[in-house]
Formats: sequence, structure tokens, C-alpha cells
Amino acid sequence: MNLRRRYLRDRLMVALVYLGTLLVLLPLLFILGYVFVKGAGALNPAFFTRPPAPPGEAGGGMLPAIVGTFIIDLMALAMGGLLGLGGGVLLAEYPDHPLGRPLRMVANVLGGIPAILMGLFAFVVVVVPMGGFSAFSGSVALAILMIPIIMRSTEEVLKLLPWELREAGLALGLPRWRVTLSLILPAARGGVVTGLLLALARAAGEAAPLLFTAFGNQFLSFDPLGPMDSLPLKIYVYAISPYEDWIRQAWGAALLLVLLLMATNLLARRAMRRR
Amino acid sequence: MQELRMESRNLTVYYGRKAGVRGVSLPVYDRKITALIGPSGCGKTTYLRALNRMHDLNPIVRIEGEVLLDGENVYAPGVDPVVIRRRVGMVFQRPTPFPTMSIFENVVAGLRLVGVKDRQRLREVAERSLRQAALWDEVKDRLGEPAVGLSGGQQQRISIARALAVEPEVLLMDEPTSALDPISTQAIEDLLADLKEQVTVVIVTHNMQQAARVSDYTAFFLDGELIEFGPTERIFTNPADERTEAYITGRFG
Amino acid sequence: MRSRIYGRLGDRVFTTVLVALGGAVMLIAALMAWELWSGGAEAFRAFGFWGFTLGREWDVVAGRFGAWPFLLGTVLTSAVALGLAFLPSLAAAIAIAEYAPRWLGEVVAYLIDLLAALPSVVYGLWGIFVLVPLVRDHLEQPLFLWSAAHAPALMGLLGPPTGIGLLSAVLVLALMIIPYSSSLARDAIRLVPREQREAMYALGATRWEVVRRVVLPYARGGIFAGVILALARALGETMAVTMLIGNGHQLPFSAFGPAATMASVIANEFAEADGGLQLSSLLAVGFLLFLLSLLVNVAADWVLRRMAVGEGQK
Repeated sequence: MNLRRRYLRDRLMVALVYLGTLLVLLPLLFILGYVFVKGAGALNPAFFTRPPAPPGEAGGGMLPAIVGTFIIDLMALAMGGLLGLGGGVLLAEYPDHPLGRPLRMVANVLGGIPAILMGLFAFVVVVVPMGGFSAFSGSVALAILMIPIIMRSTEEVLKLLPWELREAGLALGLPRWRVTLSLILPAARGGVVTGLLLALARAAGEAAPLLFTAFGNQFLSFDPLGPMDSLPLKIYVYAISPYEDWIRQAWGAALLLVLLLMATNLLARRAMRRR
Repeated sequence: MQELRMESRNLTVYYGRKAGVRGVSLPVYDRKITALIGPSGCGKTTYLRALNRMHDLNPIVRIEGEVLLDGENVYAPGVDPVVIRRRVGMVFQRPTPFPTMSIFENVVAGLRLVGVKDRQRLREVAERSLRQAALWDEVKDRLGEPAVGLSGGQQQRISIARALAVEPEVLLMDEPTSALDPISTQAIEDLLADLKEQVTVVIVTHNMQQAARVSDYTAFFLDGELIEFGPTERIFTNPADERTEAYITGRFG
Repeated sequence: MRSRIYGRLGDRVFTTVLVALGGAVMLIAALMAWELWSGGAEAFRAFGFWGFTLGREWDVVAGRFGAWPFLLGTVLTSAVALGLAFLPSLAAAIAIAEYAPRWLGEVVAYLIDLLAALPSVVYGLWGIFVLVPLVRDHLEQPLFLWSAAHAPALMGLLGPPTGIGLLSAVLVLALMIIPYSSSLARDAIRLVPREQREAMYALGATRWEVVRRVVLPYARGGIFAGVILALARALGETMAVTMLIGNGHQLPFSAFGPAATMASVIANEFAEADGGLQLSSLLAVGFLLFLLSLLVNVAADWVLRRMAVGEGQK
């Protein structure tokens, strides 16, 4: 019996497995480290309260992008949430509906499509007819991104609820729609909110769908029908620019974005627990 | 005089702080079938798994006492569990064919571990083991088919053949027929009678009639302790301990 | 009586609303395919579908457009990135699910999920200012100098060692897709039933032998699903790749030199697209990207179904 050799191989594989893991973790820690160290220096009050300064000048901030991120993302959440929730409820509560299978397939397809294509789509159907870039078109693109995520998580969460819950509601004499709205959805509230938050987090980091929809705006704007800026867009534009101050701010924006995402993830986790 | 193949001396198995098995000293006679009986949770499966060091896989388990295989303690420092498990094989309650392997590959899986590549040898061993498991005639023409395509009873016999292929000295069986239909159960009980001429068997069963039918010796467990041990016939007709009698006559468990 | 109308009418309204919402989703997907197709129709008409798809020239000034460099770039970067990412991500999955103690596994899993949550632009930012100099100074330039001295024929294959180009893009892409294949592999490995492992241990196997002969084959469906997911993400990954790949249209691509993918050329040129044909060509590229994603997803579905490990007990 070549037992010795088998044990040698066993030990070798342990080492390789942990080595591979390290190969994965080290770059991550590397990236996070850089973002935190270089970004921390850029997060001063001016960053949060001022609009951008002209290129090459110091002292500007990211106020328009910060505000814009919230506006665009929340609008997207409203639209994507509505469609995603509706689809998810349909799939979970009416599983025999003929629309079910095609809808699920379509959602899978949508979920696998590159984000930039949603930007292209929004460009063609919103920007062109409107005659210009707008926050709204950006929200449309992001909403489409969110739909498959929200649909899948809603369906999963609703399906986890025991069927008896619905039967109990029906036995009380409540019509189906009341059972769903007043009994089922509240019962799954934690999971649904988690899905929404996760979709929001995903969309908040995207720049590609906004490149030719929201387009960016160096002035502070609350107008959904005009161009608007967003943190990911700003990171992109500043990162490829030659101005040192802009690059410094890009790190700051990256840090802010990462912190926001971590906060959202934490919230999502807490929502999951509160059921 | 009966020869001793395995023996436990004052064996205690701790799950964390609780003892699943307490101070059990039990002989396992060579080429006899020893049955472990008792109500659910009495520790018989815990005891069985201590015999081939399966508890090593569970970090919260602590073992005290000794388990001797041919006179040597399997828990002595420096003893290799991999070697022990080759000498003491195990068949589990639910048939567990490896689903990505064919029938043939399943049976010879243990041989492949030690590097046997000679197809001739593998085929010989496969045939011998499948005959021992009373399955050869049923599957000899479809050895290349996936093992999961067989019925539950056949899958369990594959598991038995697989365990036998590495020629263990002892075969441990953890309620091997409890998930099977009566016909498959009968088939496996039948093969045990032939099997014990080559292999020592320890079988855990919650079915007393099965124990009475198949085994030479019976051990009765209750709450982690060995209550009584002896030749099967005596245990079932004239138990010494009143708890044994209560269990056997169906008053509990 | 009233309550029955309340019930029945309410139900009908409710289901109609749900169906409308679900139908809207399907409509959006169909519309997307349609709009990309019709938007690109002008380019397809001008060069022919295959003429455009296989066209090797993308010359804005001359008005000649062909998508082949970008198709090639997309497939090349994704395939190489996947090749680089596969083993580390499998290793991490095995480490978490099989080797590491519970608490450590949870921590590592959390960190890997964090990798997945990082926005693409952040990867791109880090890539430009940290990865590119590293790659340039410690990989590309040494290799280039070596080949200049010992194997000058290789220099064309290597290309200009500026850091910005195919290599950096591929490296960052590999990093980005690791969490996708790793977490699916991890889930699949966790799902392998305990008895399967025990049965192999009982035959006298070492831990690695159990992993290799029982766990990984059993989990291969999920592992493959992870690979496909990673591939799908890699195909469409835009920002980080755009920031690092250098927007080179000229075939053949070299290892260090600038290149482009379908997503990167759209990101780079769409906003400044001058006039109908270029715009239409970019939309046509978008359509091709859509088709490619669709193909990969459908193929993945099909393969996954064939790979599913059945647990037959009749």
C-alpha cells in the first residue's frame, strides 16, 4: 500500500487549497485597503457640500453626484420594485398561471444580460424620444437591472411561507387578493425588503447603464427630466482624467460608495432576520 | 473456545459533555454475527461508529477507553484511522451508491483508492464481491450502468459489495435493512448467513426479530449502557436482566 | 352579496394587475431585443449581417464598421479570465466548505461575497492606479526586455508593455468573476449529503480522496453552474475592462497591447458617436452582445439539466 504517497498528496492538496484561497483574498484586501486609505483623505466637508470645481482647480466636491445617486436609484427602485414584486407575487402565488413559465425564463434572460445593454435600450426608448439625457432614463435602465433580482427573491421568500397560511386566510372568508396583500406579503416582509435592498445595492454601483442615459451633470440638479450625475459615473470620469485633484476625489467617491453598499448590505441582513 | 476478533474495554463516547455510550465492554467473536439491539437513542449506533473511528470526523466527540482489533487498540496514538477503516468496513442505513459512478466503479471504489489499476484484478474482485452480496446475477450484464438506476434493495447490496471488495476483517452494519422493503430485507438477511464464514459482522438493528433470526450473539443497550450480552438464543428465551426482558417482550421501545 | 363582489371583483382586478406587471416585464425584454435589432439594422444592412459580424475593420473616419475585433476581444478576455479564475475559486470553495473550521469559513465566505459586491468602477479605479503599474513594472517590462534580448520574434506577440491593455484587463476580470463561480461551487459542495462522504471514509480514504472522488463529482452540476455564471458576467463586464483595456481596434491583439470588447467599445464610443452609421453599428454590436449572452445562458441551462446528479431510489 502506497499509504505514504496518499498522505503526501493529501497534505499537498491542503496546502494548495489554502494557497488558492489566499490568492483570492489577498487582492480583495489589497483593494479595500487602497480604497480606504486613499479615499479617507478625500472625504472632507467640501466633498459632501460643494459642486465640482473646474478641471485642474482644487476645492470642488461631489454634491451633485451624491444627490443624483439617491434620486436616480430611488426612482429606479420604485419602478423596478413594482414590476419585480408584481412578477414575483404572480410566480409564487399563482404557480399554475400560464404566464408563469415564460415569465421566469424571461427573468432569467434579463438577469444574465450585461448592464450596458439596458443603458442602450433606455437610450433608444427614452433619451431619443425625449430629445436629451435625463435622470429618468437612467432610472429606467437601472430598474430593468433590478427587476430580475427582485422577482427572484420575492418569489423565493413567498414560497418559503407554508401553504397553510394561505388556506387559513381563505378559510376565514377572505378573498384571494386580501389573503395575499394583508396576510402573505406582511408575513414575508423581511425577505421582500431584503430583496429590494440587495437590488438597490447592485444598481447603485453601476455606471455603464448611466453613461448615455443620465449622462452626468456638474451642476446640482433635482430635475428628473434633465441630465444628472451619480457617484459611479463620477468615479469613471475622474479616474480616466489627468487631473490629480479629480483622481483624489475619485478615491473618495469609491470609499463613499463602498461604505454605502456595506451599510445597505447590513440593513438587508437585519431585514432578513426581522420576520 | 471462541476467538476474539474485536473487543471494546470500558468504552465511553462523549458528545460534548454528554455521554452517548458509557463504559461499554463488549466482545466481538471472530466470524460470528453480533447484533446490537435497543430502543432509539440507546447508543447502539454511537457504539458501532466508534469501532471504525468514524467519530474522528466529528470534532466535538471525545473517546475514552479502548477498542481492540486483533488485540491492538485502534485508538492508540499513532494508529492510522485510514488503515483501520480498511480492516473494519461499514454499511450505512440508507443505501449510498456514488451517483456519478457505474455499478462496477462503485464496487471497486475502495480498490481504486489503493491504486489497483489492473482491469483483470478489478473485474475478479467485483464479481467475487457482488456474488457475496447476492447481486451478481442481477447486474452482471449491466455493470457499466449508473448505480443509481437500481432499486433500493439492490443499491444497498451494492454498498455491501463495495464494502466487501476491500476484504475487511470486520463488517459493521448500521440498520442496513430498515429503509428497505421486506423482500430486499430477506435477501440481505440470507446473504449474511453465507457472509459470516468469511467476515465478522456487527449489526445494529431496531428489529428484534431480525436480530433473533440472523445473529449468533446479541447485546442489549439502554441509555448508553450495555445491559446484557450473550448468545442470541439465550438472550431471547431466557434474558438475565429484567430490562432486557421488558424490551424483548415489547413493553417499551 | 356585497362581499362576494368585493371578493370576486377584487380577485379579478388583482390578478389582472399582476398579469399586467408580469406581462410588462416580458414586454420590456422583447422590446429590448427588438430595439437593439432595429437600431442596428442600418449597420447590418450596410455591411450584411455576416459582413458586419465578421468584419475586421472598425474605422470611424472611413465609415467602415465590423464587429469581429470586439467579438474576439470579448471571447478572449472572458475565456482567459475564466481559465485564470477557475482553480482559485474552486480552491476557495473547497476551503470554506470542507477544510476550514466553521467560523473561519464564514469569514472567508463573507469576504468573497464582498468581492462580488464591489462596483465595477471601483475595480477599474484600483486597476488603473495600482494594478497597471504593478503589471507594467513587474510583469510586462521584464518579459518584454527578456524577449527583446532572447526571443525577438516574440515581441510582436507580446506588444507594447505599457500596462494598459489586454493583460491588465484580463487580470482584473478574473478577479471580478471569482466570487461568482466560488459561491455557487461552495453551495454545491455544501449540499453533498453527509452519508456520501462517510461511505467513502468508511472505505479507508484520506480527506482529499473523499473530496476528489465523491464530493467534487457529486457537486459538479453546481460547480459548472458557477462557471457559467462567471462566464456570463465576464462577457458583459464593462467599466473595469473599459478602463484598463485601452480601446484598441486593430487586429491582431497582442498580449500587452490595447484591445477592446463589445462592451468596452460601446462604453467608449457611444456618447460621442457621430452620425447614424456609427451609432447604428454600436447598437448592432449591442445586439450581438445580447445574442451572445442569450446563447451562453441557454447553453448553460441545457448542460446543467444534463449534469444534474440524480438520487434514484425506485
